[in-house]
Amino acid sequence: MNLLQLSWKNLTFKPLSTLLNVVLFALGAGLISLLLLLDRQVEEKFEKNLAGINLVIGAKGSPLQLILSGMYHIDAPTGNLPIEECKAFLRPGHPFIEMAVPLSLGDSYKSFRIVGTDLNFPKLYNASLREGRLWEKTFEVCVGAAAAERLDLKLGDAFHSSHGFVQDDNLVHDDAEKFRVVGIFQPTGAVIDQLIVTPTQSIWAVHAGHDHSEEEGEEAHDHEGEAAHEHAEFDLAAPLHEQTERSITSILLKFKARNVQTLNMQRSINENTNMQAATPAIEITRLRGLMGMGAEALRVLAFVIIGVSGLSIFISLFSSLRERRYELALMRVMGASPFRLMVLILSEGIITALMGYVLGMALSHFGMEIMARFMQDEYRYTFSGLTFLQEEAWLLAGALGIGMVAALIPAVQAARTDISTTLAEG
Amino acid sequence: MLNAQQLQYSYDGTHILRFPDIACAAGEHWLLLGQSGCGKTTLLHLLGGLLAPRTGSVQVTGTDFSQLSTSQLDAFRGKNIGIIFQKSHFARALSVEENLLLAQQLAGLQPDRQRAAELLRHLDIGHKMKSRTDRLSQGEQQRVAIARAVINRPKLILADEPTSALDDDNCAEVVALLEREAAQTGATLVIVTHDGRLKEKFTHRISLQPQRP
Repeated sequence: MNLLQLSWKNLTFKPLSTLLNVVLFALGAGLISLLLLLDRQVEEKFEKNLAGINLVIGAKGSPLQLILSGMYHIDAPTGNLPIEECKAFLRPGHPFIEMAVPLSLGDSYKSFRIVGTDLNFPKLYNASLREGRLWEKTFEVCVGAAAAERLDLKLGDAFHSSHGFVQDDNLVHDDAEKFRVVGIFQPTGAVIDQLIVTPTQSIWAVHAGHDHSEEEGEEAHDHEGEAAHEHAEFDLAAPLHEQTERSITSILLKFKARNVQTLNMQRSINENTNMQAATPAIEITRLRGLMGMGAEALRVLAFVIIGVSGLSIFISLFSSLRERRYELALMRVMGASPFRLMVLILSEGIITALMGYVLGMALSHFGMEIMARFMQDEYRYTFSGLTFLQEEAWLLAGALGIGMVAALIPAVQAARTDISTTLAEG
Repeated sequence: MLNAQQLQYSYDGTHILRFPDIACAAGEHWLLLGQSGCGKTTLLHLLGGLLAPRTGSVQVTGTDFSQLSTSQLDAFRGKNIGIIFQKSHFARALSVEENLLLAQQLAGLQPDRQRAAELLRHLDIGHKMKSRTDRLSQGEQQRVAIARAVINRPKLILADEPTSALDDDNCAEVVALLEREAAQTGATLVIVTHDGRLKEKFTHRISLQPQRP
């Protein structure tokens, strides 16, 4: 029956009051840990998906929307970008541009987004193939690892895309040719895991058939025989910048170097053209600033809860001292030094805080895991409840500190128990 | 073995309690008799090192309490002195057995379950070993208190009114048990009481005089 065991027995002797203290502490510590986890993982995802992209060009509108839709595939895409206007950036040999990746967005398959682009897109995210090959002609797709798993897509599978991002039978492009899976990417941890990637020309092909039947509905029957040479029309070998009658959604630019010219390029696009250019890093900082205010409020709340739980530990210990003063005096009679009584009470506070911490961690990581599932569907990101942070070790130190501080005054009080007077009271 | 000389104590600095000198040899059983208010409990606390005297000294097995620091005195008491109080108190969260093990642990000894079990059987409360102490009767509590006082085989056993709350049967039995356990370890036994029922049973007696105001 050592002091730790005795502390434990004393805590379990008052199960409800101990439970209250532990749960309070767990709420505070869990909330802090959850905020840390979220913050870290969101930051990591944002970082990873920056993918070295310096500038995103799209139709005029909200720069944040342009970034969110073009890079993170969360928001709705901005309007169309006629190639006529942006061909300068797509043409190879631009003096400042190392890589320009065209994006055509707006279609999906079972709410996983289909991205029309070129072979540079997988390179942005260092995505290599797990099986199959890259596309060679229109209507061939390569699927991100997570999307393939969730949609249960295998090589050779075929499907119709659907217009927009919600699954709706009325919006399925069932008049167009089916997409066929030719490759599946390795998991990268970046947004490409959640995407279905196909050449830009596939998207054009899908909508070309579409447009025909809508705009020239009466003549549609005349064109039925044209399906065969539609393929030729969307030749992957033909450079995009020459197809000036068509449109894409946005362009992701990687500069050779950042300098005055590249800065001017952004300003000049925004001022002199019908397009807009947005810098991912700036927009994301702005977004995180907005999100940060909510997180800050929650963080303050978490610290208040921890403070209250510390107070609650203090009050329980302090009031239990009155009931236990004979017991403490007796322990002195039986040979315990004042210091050991102090250790006894301190360890009761610390054990309570420790249990609260452990429960809090369990709650936050479990909660994160639950949230991860929800967020994967909603935001195309895979989060995990199983990552542990260095900050959580600091949180542990903080927890032990709070337990100790809460128990300090009761502990000193216990050490100063006057044995003779207490026992004489009988 | 137990020597107390010229003990005086004062609670308020003006009224002084004076106590007779005491000298008990090892293994002797003594009764300190006195009426209420003559400072019986104070004397017992002085002899047990729970209080420091105003003047005078207490020595147990040749160790002078005044030479020890607080924690040294706590440790010395835990090892060498077993004390039984008028009303028994226990660690409330612990069972009877655990209370005995705690006494061993606090005295710095290895917990010895066998010794605890034997002792409780010896005192006829072996069946209450796993009970919580607040579920015991007065008589049973007093026996557990005796077990706890003797478990570390102390050289000196001090008992403060151990029988005052007990009926005649229990009273006789508790005193017999105290004497038996003391005899078994060769400890010196000192009982402080006003209980006249014990008078006949002890040959070594000191009567405490009522304190003059």
